[in-house]
This record gives sequence, C-alpha cells and structure tokens, in this order.
Amino acid sequence: MWAMIVKEFRQLRRDRRTLAMMIVMPVILLIVFGYAASFDVSTIPTAVAGPQASAVVLRAPFDVLHRNPAGGATWARAQLRDGKAAVAVVTGSSAAVLIDGSQLFTARAALAALANAQRQAGPQAAPAAGAPSPKVTILYNPGLKTADIMIPGLAGVILVFVGTMITSLGVVRERQTGTLEQLAVMPLRPRDVFLGKVVPYFAVGAVDLAIVIAAGVAIFGVPFRGSLGVFALGALLFLFVTLGLGILISSVSENQGQAIQLAFMITLPQVLLSGLIFPLSSIAIGVRWISYLLPLTYFNQISRGVMLRAEPIGPLWEPFVFLALLGLVVVTLATLRFRSYLAPAGPRQGRGGPASAIAAAPAEPAHAAGPREAR
Amino acid sequence: MTDPQHGVPAGPDGRPLAAAGPDGGAPTSGAAGDTGDWWGTDEVSVWYGKVLALDRVTFRAAPGQVSAVVGGDGAGRTTLLRCLAGALAASDGTIRRPAARRIGYLPAGSGTYPDLTVAENLAFRAAVYRVRDPARRTTEYLERAGLSAARERLAGRLSGGMRQKLGVIAAMLHQPALLVLDEPTTGVDPVSRVELWSLIARAAADGAAVVLATSYLDEAARAARVLALDAGRELATGTPEEIVASMPGTVRVLAKRPEGDAARRAWRRNARWQVWAPDDPAGGPAGGVAGPAVAGGELVRPDLQDAVTVAALVRELAMTGGQP
Repeated sequence: MWAMIVKEFRQLRRDRRTLAMMIVMPVILLIVFGYAASFDVSTIPTAVAGPQASAVVLRAPFDVLHRNPAGGATWARAQLRDGKAAVAVVTGSSAAVLIDGSQLFTARAALAALANAQRQAGPQAAPAAGAPSPKVTILYNPGLKTADIMIPGLAGVILVFVGTMITSLGVVRERQTGTLEQLAVMPLRPRDVFLGKVVPYFAVGAVDLAIVIAAGVAIFGVPFRGSLGVFALGALLFLFVTLGLGILISSVSENQGQAIQLAFMITLPQVLLSGLIFPLSSIAIGVRWISYLLPLTYFNQISRGVMLRAEPIGPLWEPFVFLALLGLVVVTLATLRFRSYLAPAGPRQGRGGPASAIAAAPAEPAHAAGPREAR
Repeated sequence: MTDPQHGVPAGPDGRPLAAAGPDGGAPTSGAAGDTGDWWGTDEVSVWYGKVLALDRVTFRAAPGQVSAVVGGDGAGRTTLLRCLAGALAASDGTIRRPAARRIGYLPAGSGTYPDLTVAENLAFRAAVYRVRDPARRTTEYLERAGLSAARERLAGRLSGGMRQKLGVIAAMLHQPALLVLDEPTTGVDPVSRVELWSLIARAAADGAAVVLATSYLDEAARAARVLALDAGRELATGTPEEIVASMPGTVRVLAKRPEGDAARRAWRRNARWQVWAPDDPAGGPAGGVAGPAVAGGELVRPDLQDAVTVAALVRELAMTGGQP
C-alpha cells in the first residue's frame, strides 16, 4: 500500500493543475462566493417624476438617481424598462410607485421598505404629501415569480455548459488522436479549421437555446415581450464568446481531463457571479469586477431585458458592446493559439541559446530564412 | 505525376537547388539531383529548445522513388518527416516541398479519426483535398488496401494493421506529389506489411516521391535511397548498395561472442554474433585469412543492416576514443 501512496503523490506532483485545483480553488471559491453570495439589497436605484420631483426626499435604501419634474408615468416606465432604475416614483395627482419585478430581490426589498415606511409614518403620511396614498404597481413580473427571472438566465447557463464544456473537448481530442498534426499539414487555413470546429457547436447551441426558451414559455409561462431579433442577436454574440472560450480552453489543455477542469473553473463563476442568482448590486465591489468579465452577466441583462421588459436594443447597447468586445478578445486569443498549432511556426528556440547562434551565423543567408514552400 | 517541375523553386543563383548544393560531390545529389527534380531538405537543422534534433541534414526524395529514413529512437526521423510534410518549420536550412494540397502525410499514429468510419475518414480527406470523383477513388483505394469489407466500420475498431492501411490510403488518396509516411509498417503483422508495401510501391509507380521512416532495415533495403540518421546527424546516405559498398572493413560471423577488444565491435544478429574489423592498416584487403583483431569466424557479405550498424559503431568508437 505504501508503494501505491508514494506513486500517487508523485503523479499528483507532476499534475500541477490538479494540485492547484485541489488547494487553491477552494480558498478562492470561498472568498469570492462568500462576498458574492448575498440576497441583501442595500441600495435601490430610483427615478422620480412629476411636479414635485425635485422636492421628494427618499430615505435609504432608495437612491434617487434620476429626477424629471416634466416627466410623467410614461417617462417613469421607460426608466424601468431600460434598466436605469428599479423603482420609479410618480408625484402629482396620480401619484404612483412603479417597481421593476424583473429584478426580483430588489423589488422585494423595495416593497419591504415601502411597507416599513408607511408603518413608521402612520396616518400623517398622506396629508404631508398632499395626495392620496400612492398606488404601488409591480411591472413586468407582477407575481414576483422566480421562474420568470430564472429562465431567461438559465438559458444562458445552459449555453455556457454546452458551449464551453463540450467545445473545450474539441481541439484536445484532435491532439489526443494525433489528428491535429494531420490538420496542420492539410491545405486548410487556421481560420477554416477554427470556424469548422465552431460552426457545428454553434448550430447545436442555437437549437438548444430555442428549445430552452420555448420550453420556458410553454411550460413555465415565462413571458417573451420583446423583440425576437434583439434577443437572437444577443444570443448569437453570447454563443460566439462561449464557444470561443471553449476553443481557447481546448487549445491550452493537454488532455480532456484538463480541459474539463478549466471549463469548470470558468463555468462555475458565471453561474454565481453573473447576476443570475445574486443581484449584481449586492455583490461586493472587490468581487463584482469579475462579474463584468463574464459573458453571462451581459447575456442575463439582454435576455431579461428583452423577454420581461420588452427593452429595445438602444438602452441595451452596453451589454451588446461588452459582449462584442469579449468575443473579439476571446476569438483572437483562440485563433492565435490555434495558429501556433496549425501553421508551422517552428520549434521554440532557446533564448540566446544555440539556436540563435546558428541563425545569427548562417553560411548562406539566402537559405537561412526557414522553410520555403513551392506553389 | 502531372508536372514534376511545377513550382520547384530555384536556388539563389537561379539554378535548381540540387545542383547548387554546397556539397556538390556528395552522394546526396544522386539520381534526384541530376534533373533538379526533387523534394527534400538542404542543410536543415531543428532545435527543440536547447536540444538539437536535426543537425544540418540534407535529404532528397525523387518522384517515382521510395526513399527511406532509418535510425534508432531519437535519431530525428520523425522530426525530418514533419519538416518535409510541413508540420514543423526548420530552425535553419531550406526545405523544398510542394504546396500543402500536393503533400500526403501519415503522422506517427494513423492520423485518422477513431470515431469516424473508414468511409467517413476517406470522405473527409477527399473533401479537404478536393479529390475529383471521390467515390470512385475511394472504392479503388479501399480495394487496393483490402479494406472494402471494412468500409462502414469505425476506424477506432480496426486492428492495428488495418488502421495503418487506412492511414496510408488516406494519405495517398489525393495522389500527392510528395508522400510522407512516418513508420507505416511499425507494429503491423507480416501479411499487412506486404500489403502496405505494395500500396507504397504503387504510389511511387504513379509518380509520387515517397519518403518513409522505418525501423526495419530489411524494409529500407527495398528503397531506392536510404538516409540513416543517428542523434540528428546523417550517418549514411545513398542507395542501399552505395551504403553497403562504402562500409569500411569486414564483417565476420561468429558462433559466440568474441572476447577482448573485438567485443566492442560485435553485435548479435539472429542466433549468432557479427563482428566488424576495420581495414588492415598495412594496406592489404581486410579479407584474407584473418582480420587484425578477429580470429576465426566466417567472412560474410555485409548487407544494409550490417553497413548501418558499422557506421554507427565507427561513430561511437570515434567518440569514445576507440577509433582504430
């Protein structure tokens, strides 16, 4: 048995990645998710409209970000639809409080705070405002149903699993069967190979997404209020990033086990930090920046915005732009890694080693330029 | 071979590189160099980090011929073949090869997808290389390789020999100008080896320049040209006959292992011992009654295996100071 233990430790020592995974990962996970895992909402972005907009003073957790004395209920609704505020207060004759139900935890916190304020203010509250008690309306998800906000996000999670996990095996498998070498000498451009690898998964991912959304609508009654086109565009970008990540993971992994490990390390934070479960605003700022590096964060914003609030593309420019940027970075990196496998860049040369000595002193400079290819 | 001259680059002086080699008189120019029609390497070196895998290796493969690269493990065979096929760039020197679509390559391992059927593997190759009339070509090559019955089987389920045959026909399906095969016959049963060789010979007869690596010297003896590598350097090069003829000294066969100094020059072959004796320093032929250091035994006509072994031995003795 002792021999077995020693052998196992030796193997473990060689496999640095697994070792790191076993020791470092739990610590990081604990810290990150310890800070992230919070349903408590401390600030609620609020918009105030109507004649007394400038005069309204709201106590915490309400944080008035936008005031518009000229605006009315329409403006207030637009603020919620475009995700600029979670609560909108309309003053004047038809006083109202609008709450964005697509932000489940924020909406609940707002309701609790309103109830609390009314209880504290007692009967004097209404005369002080000079109006009848404002009517509270929850928009977009009036029942505050969990399914309504989870399914648009879950669609993203499923795509992350399909895209990153499954695609990450693609290139590694080629390397393990020895066919990557074969691809390298074939008359294919690295781009052809990259796209050829991605397109099938892309198609499967798109079908997958359609099924998940259709099932969400049919089975769970999740509304789809916005534009299918905007949603499809967002999904397209998101899939692109996700599959690119898969290929990137694949190209830096030696075997399928490593690829799965890495894919897992990228997938798990997306589930927990993207705002899918915990509201982004509740995540400590020291950890929240990670959220902004994750594609699922942006896809969540797009899918919830479009499906629940019928948000048009204009106010969604931020998630779209960031997704596109992420996609650009990921795909560029993946293609570069790919190229180094497929185009014969030559063996790595020792820095300042004998290789450069040879290259520096060629007997025939015309011949030292490396391989020449006849056409 | 449609047009052997197509796209062959000339040397810096405008003449074909074969004639412009710095080693003009070396046997490497040979038949291939005579017409300037060859694929190969010119003084190619490859470094893996600080390890020199190939040291100024010059190698020429002529269309219509089979050229063999032999050598032990780590000799640099695979590195040389990867350079030729375009999977690896040289650190120094010139490689002359046709465009990628006119190269066929069988990497070590079979280079086929285990989770595709035989037919699907070939269909992929045919599509990538834009083979004309792929159905007819595929059927023809499957027949040649005796794989027709295995058409719909997964490549991963084939026996070792069948999988190698699939790899070889996949590499030659598009009738490449340069066919590079890394150990096509290693780990293959004798019958399959014969079949593989007939496939390879046929590809050469069709005009391809075939380069194959092998660890079997009896196989290499069938090649038109042989390059023996040792630790990344050329050990011997030329036709098998030239290599045998250039062997210094004599080889004798002994029933048991010789003793003393001769033991360093002896190796086992089949059930007996072969021992090499250097040329008689007195100038006489090494034949005669007895060599200077070996007594008894029967003088044999050396073959390629003996010649390559002797070449390695001479180099080893020179390095350890045992050179006569």
